[in-house]
Amino acid sequence: MEILDKITKSDYKYGFTTDIESDKAPNGINEDIIRLISSKKNEPEWMLQWRLEAFAIWQEMKEPDWANVTYKKPDFNAISYYSAPKPKKVLDSLDEVDPELLKTFAKLGISLDEQKRLSGVAIDIVVDSVSVKTTFKAKLAELGIIFCSMTEAIHEHPELVQKYLGRVVPRTDNFYAALNSAVFTDGSFCFIPKGVRCPMELSTYFRINESGTGQFERTLVIADEDSYVSYLEGCTAPMRDENQLHAAVVELVAMDGAEIKYSTVQNWYPGDVNGLGGIFNFVTKRGICERNAKISWTQVETGSAVTWKYPSCILKGENSVGEFYSVAVTNNYQQADTGTKMIHLGKNTKSTIISKGICAGKSNGSYRGLVKIGPRADNARNFSQCDSLLMGDGCGSHTFPYIEIANKSAQVEHEATTSKIGEDQLFYCNQRGIPTEEAIALIVNGYCKDVLSQLPMEFAVEAQKLLAVSLEGSVG
Amino acid sequence: MLHIKNLHASIEDNKILKGINLEVRPGEVHAIMGPNGSGKSTLSSVIAGREEYEVTEGSIEFLNEDLLSLSPEERAHAGIFLSFQYPVEIPGVSLTNFIKTSMNETRKAKGLEPYPAKDLLKKMRDCLELLEMDKGFLSRSLNEGFSGGEKKRNEIFQMALLEPKLAILDETDSGLDIDALRIVASGVNKLRSPKNSFVLITHYQRLLNYIEPDYVHVLFNGKIVRSGGKELAHELESKGYDWIKQELAEV
Repeated sequence: MEILDKITKSDYKYGFTTDIESDKAPNGINEDIIRLISSKKNEPEWMLQWRLEAFAIWQEMKEPDWANVTYKKPDFNAISYYSAPKPKKVLDSLDEVDPELLKTFAKLGISLDEQKRLSGVAIDIVVDSVSVKTTFKAKLAELGIIFCSMTEAIHEHPELVQKYLGRVVPRTDNFYAALNSAVFTDGSFCFIPKGVRCPMELSTYFRINESGTGQFERTLVIADEDSYVSYLEGCTAPMRDENQLHAAVVELVAMDGAEIKYSTVQNWYPGDVNGLGGIFNFVTKRGICERNAKISWTQVETGSAVTWKYPSCILKGENSVGEFYSVAVTNNYQQADTGTKMIHLGKNTKSTIISKGICAGKSNGSYRGLVKIGPRADNARNFSQCDSLLMGDGCGSHTFPYIEIANKSAQVEHEATTSKIGEDQLFYCNQRGIPTEEAIALIVNGYCKDVLSQLPMEFAVEAQKLLAVSLEGSVG
Repeated sequence: MLHIKNLHASIEDNKILKGINLEVRPGEVHAIMGPNGSGKSTLSSVIAGREEYEVTEGSIEFLNEDLLSLSPEERAHAGIFLSFQYPVEIPGVSLTNFIKTSMNETRKAKGLEPYPAKDLLKKMRDCLELLEMDKGFLSRSLNEGFSGGEKKRNEIFQMALLEPKLAILDETDSGLDIDALRIVASGVNKLRSPKNSFVLITHYQRLLNYIEPDYVHVLFNGKIVRSGGKELAHELESKGYDWIKQELAEV
């Protein structure tokens, strides 16, 4: 954590160097805009062509409307698709920051310097951090690990990018994936060589060549044979952004015997208590497992006004394993339609789905999951558990499990429960001296234990606090 | 320590308590007995501060403070403990974590630092021994999958840790086999001191063979209709509650 602290304090450059206005594309989307994005990033011709093809595909597609969410469809011609660096006003001190935001920071236990960084207050560059960053980069390089921004990867490792980009999530996959492929501005790229166990958690949070999370982020993680990597995305601090529409694509490739653990904490601005504002978060995340490989998705989703997200695993190789652990919290007027797809293609493939929904206020939470067993997937096994916890009477929780089985030897189990935080539980806690807010946090964290225990240690502690903060005031 | 004066309480317009008077001094053990529906559990819920019950008349003072103006957690911080008749399950929350939270919230309310983890663990082990409980209890989810007897033992275990000034045991003996009853009773007896008090709510005289009360009260139809020494419990046991009902009818 200390290293993480130091690195995140470094290199705060937004708003110092670039003339923001000149770097912002006019609103709207067309071929010229895509050419502009590509040329601003100095991309090779193949990348531009790839984007243009994606754009052509996107134009033929329709925005999906099957999810259990309602919102005003974004006007895709009213969006600016390129603005770098992210326009953030640099403030002189924390006194200028929204006091509500500062309160939340304090509750999450975020350090003062970190608070400044997150809310856009200029901070001094820590002298020491340059060397920390160099050591960090040197250590990874020694092992042959590549961890950089997508832009850098396109220039430095074109053969890997060309080979794998769009392989797991093709441009034709869905409306938002096609849009992302056409206009993505940046993201992370990670390659772990054969037999290497990545010695540290890789995190977008302290990505080398930090360039800010974009509106259309693109992430590609490749784990070569028998390698291992644990990757963290997002952070627990509230993320505010001017961009209302976020459509990211994440692709994971786990080769024979490789293991990828991908953890996300998503806390984008959910809108105010009346449901105004807030981010639309439409994400496509998918991984492919070769023989004996394992991909494990863990997510804690507390933010965004509308979430549409189904991290999935294609279990192609024999004996491969897919896991999905999810906590999705909705409060006030938030809506979430989230779940996973486990596609069993190889023999003896195994998948586990643990989904914990928590709904409060007037919110709506849905679990939507597909378990598909292909004809050649002998002895495939799946276990799914989908629980919902309701707080109050104004919220709704729904479960949409889809199961498609084309092989008789499959074993698929599905369990679902819905419960309410009971007056009895709260009174019991109160009687033992625990005030109601703390009691809710205790009960909710207990309910989510199976998921939170999958997160890396420090992340889990932060996520616990985040759950408590997200549900504050939800029981009257 | 506890002064209850002319207490009336109702739930959803049903009058349950109709003028209770009770005084408990430090070091005393009171037993409250009575037939089903006489208001025994309501009385314990009202003292602990359960919101569904509305106090319509009367007062409760605890250590010279107006108890009715305090929230349930403030009452707990002041030293009131209720051993529940039906302890709830909280899945995923280990007993250790629950007790740690409970004890530290109580300390926080008194302006004290959290209990040092090492001391807390030692204290927990001592109390486990007192109640002949296995160490494995500590890592189990609170009351989840506990047998009836284990749940009750767990209540007394928490009581031993929290060291309340006034403990109300609501039908702690129901659902206990004879061995568990003996263990629970000896736990309570070891915790008796001139400084703290107990209110035992029970149906049967059986528990009182193990925990000897100073006073026995009979609750009937929302009122204490008779008070006496421990011999009253024996009388009740041999004559049954009908005896009281008859006497009242004659009056």
